[in-house]
Amino acid sequence: MSNAVTALNGAKYSGLIDIADAGLMGMITLRGDLASAAMAKVVKSITGAKMPKPRGVETAGKGSVAWMSPDELLIMVDYPAADAAEAKITDALSGQHHLAVNVSDARAVFDLTGDHLRDVLAKGSPTNLNPDALPIGEVRRTRLGQLAVAFWFTDESAAKLVCFRSVGDHVFKWLANAAQNGSSPNFHSDMR
Amino acid sequence: MLILTCPNCGIAADETELHADGQAHITRHGAGASDDDLETYLFMRNNPKGVHFERWRHVYGCGKWFHAARCTMTLEVFGTYPAQTLEPPKELVAKIKKKRPDWEGFVK
Ligand SMILES: [Zn+2]
Repeated sequence: MSNAVTALNGAKYSGLIDIADAGLMGMITLRGDLASAAMAKVVKSITGAKMPKPRGVETAGKGSVAWMSPDELLIMVDYPAADAAEAKITDALSGQHHLAVNVSDARAVFDLTGDHLRDVLAKGSPTNLNPDALPIGEVRRTRLGQLAVAFWFTDESAAKLVCFRSVGDHVFKWLANAAQNGSSPNFHSDMR
Repeated sequence: MLILTCPNCGIAADETELHADGQAHITRHGAGASDDDLETYLFMRNNPKGVHFERWRHVYGCGKWFHAARCTMTLEVFGTYPAQTLEPPKELVAKIKKKRPDWEGFVK
């Protein structure tokens, strides 16, 4: 058995915000009919969470599930549980048009914390980062610089960010540069 | 700057999060079509100064296609609507007509 290593390999940066490798996370991309009862049932049994509303992220005891598009979810569980979860989905949805893939090793995941979080993200993304437009528990797929990312706030000064593994190092450096002390536009942080 | 609301995910997406794919509702002539029809399909496009219907893809977001109606001169956005249609919704056409009485209407 090979030793799984994250793309960021434990990288950390501390500036306007704290940027940290979120460590190994089990992730399954699930595409199919989100309105189907069988899908809601298997998502619930894997994560404990209910089917999210459009753009929503639901978290429960065993994991989280994020709404990625009208026919796509990102299911997040403990890293060692991902293969079994994928198999469970494939089994539960057999005969139903769907696609389930374990993408755990194809992504890089960041933990971002700090009061200037919305200001730092706004430097690279056209997203409206006002808390009314992007409240806690809502995922936003967008770009950071020129790279596709998704992020969501888990509380007012904490967020998770996911990108493709191959650009993980670039996104880390991009964020670290944007988070240099003294470089905050103090737009969102002043409104808090 | 152009901001279009993706009807698939509800996000008001910046132009830089989208991919433009030109004129909407063109008729796809394929194998067996006349040379003229094929030429029209491949090369002939409207280039209006004013109301235009276009295909866009929310490429940095949900990844889905949709349609948008906008003014090519002022960048005013009249509305967006799902991709699964052969022509713009009647309400949208009526809304544009009200704003731009001189507009000739939707022509395929
Ligand atoms: Zn969208």
